[in-house]
Order: sequence, then C-alpha cells, then structure tokens
Amino acid sequence: MIHALRLMGERGVTGLALCLAFGAQAQEAPRAVPIGDVARGAEVWVFCSGCHQIGAGAENGIGPHLNRIFGRRAASVPEFPYSRSMQRAGRDQLIWTLETLDAYLENPKALVSGTRMSFEGLPDPEERADLLAYLRDFSASPANIPEAAPTARALVPALAPEVLAIAGDTAYGEYLSSECKTCHQSDGSDEGIPSIVLWPEEDFVLAMHAYKQKLRPHPVMQMMAGRLSDEEIAALAAYFGKLGL
Amino acid sequence: MALNRRSFLGAALAAGAAVSAPAVLGQGRPKVVVIGGGAGGATAARYIAKDSAGAIDVTLVEPTRTYFTCFFSNLYIGGFRELSSIAHSYGTLASDYGINVVHDWAVGVDRDTKTVTLASGHSLAYDRLVVAPGIDFVDESVPGWDLNAQIKMPHAWKAGSQTQLLKYQVEAMPEGGTFCMVAPPNPFRCPPGPYERVSMIAHVLKAQNPTAKILIVDPKEKFSKQALFEEGWQRHYSGMIDRIGPDFGGGNAEVRPDAMEVVIDGAVEKVDVCNVIPAQKAGHIAHLAGLADSSGFCPIVPATMQSRMDENIHVLGDACIAGDMPKSGFSANSQAKVAAMAVRAALTGSRAFPAKYSNTCWSLIETDDGVKVGASYQPTEEKIAKVDGFISQTGEDAALRKATYEESLGWYAGIAMDIFG
Ligand SMILES: Cc1cc2nc3c(=O)[nH]c(=O)nc-3n(C[C@H](O)[C@H](O)[C@H](O)COP(=O)(O)OP(=O)(O)OC[C@H]3O[C@@H](n4cnc5c(N)ncnc54)[C@H](O)[C@@H]3O)c2cc1C
Repeated sequence: MIHALRLMGERGVTGLALCLAFGAQAQEAPRAVPIGDVARGAEVWVFCSGCHQIGAGAENGIGPHLNRIFGRRAASVPEFPYSRSMQRAGRDQLIWTLETLDAYLENPKALVSGTRMSFEGLPDPEERADLLAYLRDFSASPANIPEAAPTARALVPALAPEVLAIAGDTAYGEYLSSECKTCHQSDGSDEGIPSIVLWPEEDFVLAMHAYKQKLRPHPVMQMMAGRLSDEEIAALAAYFGKLGL
Repeated sequence: MALNRRSFLGAALAAGAAVSAPAVLGQGRPKVVVIGGGAGGATAARYIAKDSAGAIDVTLVEPTRTYFTCFFSNLYIGGFRELSSIAHSYGTLASDYGINVVHDWAVGVDRDTKTVTLASGHSLAYDRLVVAPGIDFVDESVPGWDLNAQIKMPHAWKAGSQTQLLKYQVEAMPEGGTFCMVAPPNPFRCPPGPYERVSMIAHVLKAQNPTAKILIVDPKEKFSKQALFEEGWQRHYSGMIDRIGPDFGGGNAEVRPDAMEVVIDGAVEKVDVCNVIPAQKAGHIAHLAGLADSSGFCPIVPATMQSRMDENIHVLGDACIAGDMPKSGFSANSQAKVAAMAVRAALTGSRAFPAKYSNTCWSLIETDDGVKVGASYQPTEEKIAKVDGFISQTGEDAALRKATYEESLGWYAGIAMDIFG
C-alpha cells in the first residue's frame, strides 16, 4: 500500500538553503511527510461507514461512494441525490483536496451549510489527518485497494437499534411537522434554511438525535429536537420522508 | 355572557330541543368562522381547511384584501425589502383550500346564538369561532396622541400605508434632524420590534443624513435583546442613538403633533419625525365579544387556545394572553396550529395530539448583522410555560451573524407560505 505524501514545499526550500549555508554535509530536511497514518485512519473510518462505502465495488448508499474523492468536484458522483447546498458548492467549483476535505471533516456545516451529511465533524486534527490518509489511498491507487474491511455499522450519534426501529406514526408526524414548517418550506426550498423533505428516514432520525444530544451545533434545532421523544422523531422522519412523493 | 349561554343551553336541553346539538351529529358540515386574516387567523383557517379535507366549512373574515406583514416591515424601512415583498393576498386560501374569504369587518359576536355580525349587515353562524384580530391601541396611553394624529406622528405598528409614511418621513428629514420614537410599555406586539426599527432607521440615516440623531423615549427599564442591540448600535451607529429610560422620564412623555414636539418629564424637545407606538390591547372585536379581561387581552386555556370565557371560541395571536410566549407572528402561527387541531378534534373527532408551541424572532441590526432569540413552550394548567430557549451572543463573528440574517430570509419565505399557502 502506498502511503500518501504531502509535499512540504516551503520547508524543503528552507532546509535546502540551510544546507547550502552550512556546507553540504548536513542531512537534508525531509521534503515530504505522510498525510497521516492509514491504519489509524481505517479505525476513524467507522464514523463514515454507516453511510459511505469505499473500495472495490463501493456503491452509493445514504452518502455517495468515496472512491477517488481527491480531485473530485463536489456533488459530482452521477445519480447521487446531493443536497441543493452541495450542488451549489459543486457549481461554485468546490474541489475536494486535502485542505477542503480537512475543513469539511472538521465541521461539515461550516463548509457546506445545507449538507445532508448528518455528522458533527472531527475536531481532532490528527484523526482527520489519519482519515484523509486512508481516503487518499482509495484515490491514488484504485488498483491496489483491498476490500474494505467489514466494519460494524457506525452511527452518529450512537443509537440503540430499538430507537432506529421505531415505526413512525405519520399522522402524528404531520401534526408535529407543522412546527417545522414555520421555517422549513414544504416544497423543499433551501434558501437560508435547509430543506428537510425526502430525507432517508434513518438520516432524519440520526440528525434529530444529533441535535437533541447537542452534537450538532444549531441552537434553534437543539431546542426543537430537545423536547421531542424518540417516537416523535420517528413520526417526523416518517412524514417528511414521504412528503411530496 | 358565559352565564347567559349556559342558561340558554340548559333551557334548550330541558325542552328536549336539538337546537344546540353539535353540528357533527346533525346534517351539513360543521362551520368554523375565523375573525382576522393575519399571522394567527390565516394560519388557523388554512390548517383547519387543509387537514379536514373539506369536512369543515371554513369562513375567514378579513377587511383588507392585501395583508402587509409587520414582520420584515422594519427591513422595508431600512431599504432591505420592497414593500411588495411583504404584501400577501388571500387568493390561494380561497382557490386551493376552499376557504370562503369574506372581505368585511366583524362588528359583533352573539355567543348565545353563535353568530358573527359583519359591517355589511350579514351574519355568519358558527360551531367554532376563531378570534385573531391582533391589537388595537389603548386610548390616551401617550397624552396628546390619538388615531387622528397618525399622519403627523405615525405608529407604523400595523403595517402598510403607515409603514410607508414613516419611511418617507425619515428619508425627508432635514440634515442633522431628530427622529424620536416613543416606545410602548409591556406587553406589546413584537418585543424586539421597536429596537430593530431604530437600527433600520439608523442604517438609513447613516448613509443619507449622518449628523441626524435618534431619540428613544422608553417607559421600560429593560428591553428584548438589549445587550445585542446596544453592542450593535455602538459598533455601527456610534453616537447617533440616545435612549431615555424611565429613570430619566422616559415613562412620562406627552406629544404635541401639531407643533412636532415631545415633552419628556416637562422638558420640551423639538423633533422632525416622531414614531409613537402606544400601549396595546386585544383588537376591538375581542372586547366587543366579551373575551378580554381587565388586562385588555384574552385569557385562554393553554392546551387548546380556547377562550376561558367561552369554550366555543379560540383566541390566538397578539390578542390572547399566551403566558410566557411573546406576541409575535411566529407565536401566532404556532398557536394557530394547536387551535386548528383542537377545533378539528372537537368538530370531526380527528385525533388530538399534545400541544407544542415555539417561537423564534430574528432582528437585523445592520447589513448582514442578524441576531435571534427563541424558546419552546408547553401548556400547563395555568399558562403556556417556557421549556427551553436560546439567544444570540454578543461578540459573535461576522460569518455567524450573516448566516443568522440569511436564516431569517428563509424563515420569512417559510412562514409566509405556511400562513397564506
Ligand atoms: C414592526 C414590527 C416588526 C415585527 N417583526 C416580527 C418578526 O420579525 N417576527 C415575528 O414573528 N413577529 C414580528 N412582529 C409581530 C407580528 O407582526 C404580530 O405578532 C403578528 O402579526 C400577530 O398576528 P395576529 O394574527 O395576532 O395579528 P395580525 O397579524 O395583526 O392580524 C390581525 C388581522 O385581523 C384583522 N382584523 C382586526 N379586527 C378585525 C375585525 N373586527 N374583523 C375582521 N378582521 C379584523 C386585521 O385586519 C388583521 O389583518 C412584528 C411586528 C411589528 C409591528
């Protein structure tokens, strides 16, 4: 497996200048360092694997497959139903690079405000670096990819299977939804406030629990979700998941 | 009146008559009349009609054909919105939801016979009545001001021509002139509204008339989002805005519209534009119907928005006493959905769910500098009580403030669609 390298242009040049100044015998400073540790990145990947696939045969799931993500324009995997926000970012030429992916992983909403990725972000720069190294491997050397190791389904936030299994009461969801519709438009417009129609139900449930547990940052949503029971969240997910179909 | 109604019912039952049996048991569709097509009334009409899918006959009584939202009317004054962008009509409610929209004034409610009388002389029978007339002003609350003075000293606390007038007056102010706002005492519609308005007027003056002054005469010790507004005024409009609170006579103001003078604690100030926002009470019709108490507003049952004076009537929005909820368009819209559910459950036996209420109010301080405050509420026996809340913080970075403003644009589009279809 080839470890991805980050070129350290400036440091390299400085090192070279120092070498010249102090005579050629000094050892040259490294010109590149690895992005991160691929093996540790594979562990961080469990946060992603609930929604994303990577490696041979990877397909779109709740999220798009992540093969060859480096250098790819945002929202460019054919047939994946990206959020309007992500589509807009793609139109605006957001390219996934080390820098943009790092920012996105740190706080997805900060980079793409209306992204449907229900993930609160990785605050630890080292974890991000390791994950990026892992993702990089599936971009540079697709031929060498091992099958992605089977991982437990990681869900953010961690929810008991019974909570995910609750069948939502759509009629109740319709009543509860009236509260959402004061701000979120039922036709799916997402100016200033993201669209919440036609989400996969599980995504919706996870997002609402993430707000409820204050993993996601928005204060209005933390408040609104904070007083919803598990059943009420399931009811809303059931209702909005089918709205407009 | 409540007693009269009871005795009437009693008599009818004693006589074995079916006169007052609920319409759901009789033939014909049950009838709901909604008085007032604002944030509260139009939402209630829409939700009752939409969710009962024709099982309930809904009539909306509203005198104006075009409703201008007070929300975002300050942004119109500031030049951030066109007047046409805050204007809404009732066409969709009629065409898509089958609501009978009657452009007329309700002038009386006979709670015994359950009929509403209109200014045209017609009357409308109801099984349930929703009363959402918004506010009217308390006479004599600002000595020297009455509705006849509203051209010289506009209130602009009901949106439309008043808002337009105030905007033109501000734009025509002489160089270095004085704008004065006489702020209202609690409780009043839109607690941050006067201070957002001051921000928007400061925004206009800063560009067009930078030596002009703004004077707020305020009977209240404190006001909504005070730290956020004061921080913003300092940052964006330093030296332009002065507020005279109650300690310095802000509670003792008189106006002289003909002379364009404001008398504050005996001292006469000459002003160029004067925005008088008087003390408020529930819209007149709520008083005529006997639904208000000595506070001037209408007590309600927190779980259903039913009037405490009459269980066949629901009072919504600014006219009601909503416990911890502020008087806002968001609140009125939220209350309307609870009332709509309760009305449907009573008339058609549809499922009733626990009431939930919420509110968020955004305010714009300067271009891309938006702030917000909000809370969630639930009914208790006694009142609608606050559960949880949040408020923007001072010192937030510019990107967050911009996002907050953009969020308010999304909210406006969302709530407008939720009210008018
Ligand atoms: C400057 C300003 C800024 C504001 N900004 C915000 C904001 O940003 N966010 C927010 O949530 N709220 C805001 N508000 C508050 C909001 O406008 C009100 O709280 C809201 O309109 C209340 O709704 P309502 O249905 O009770 O009354 P209204 O919206 O006033 O509607 C009452 C309707 O009843 C009609 N009516 C009255 N009497 C009769 C009668 N006898 N017969 C028939 N019809 C009648 C009236 O014509 C009117 O259309 C603001 C208010 C102001 C003044």
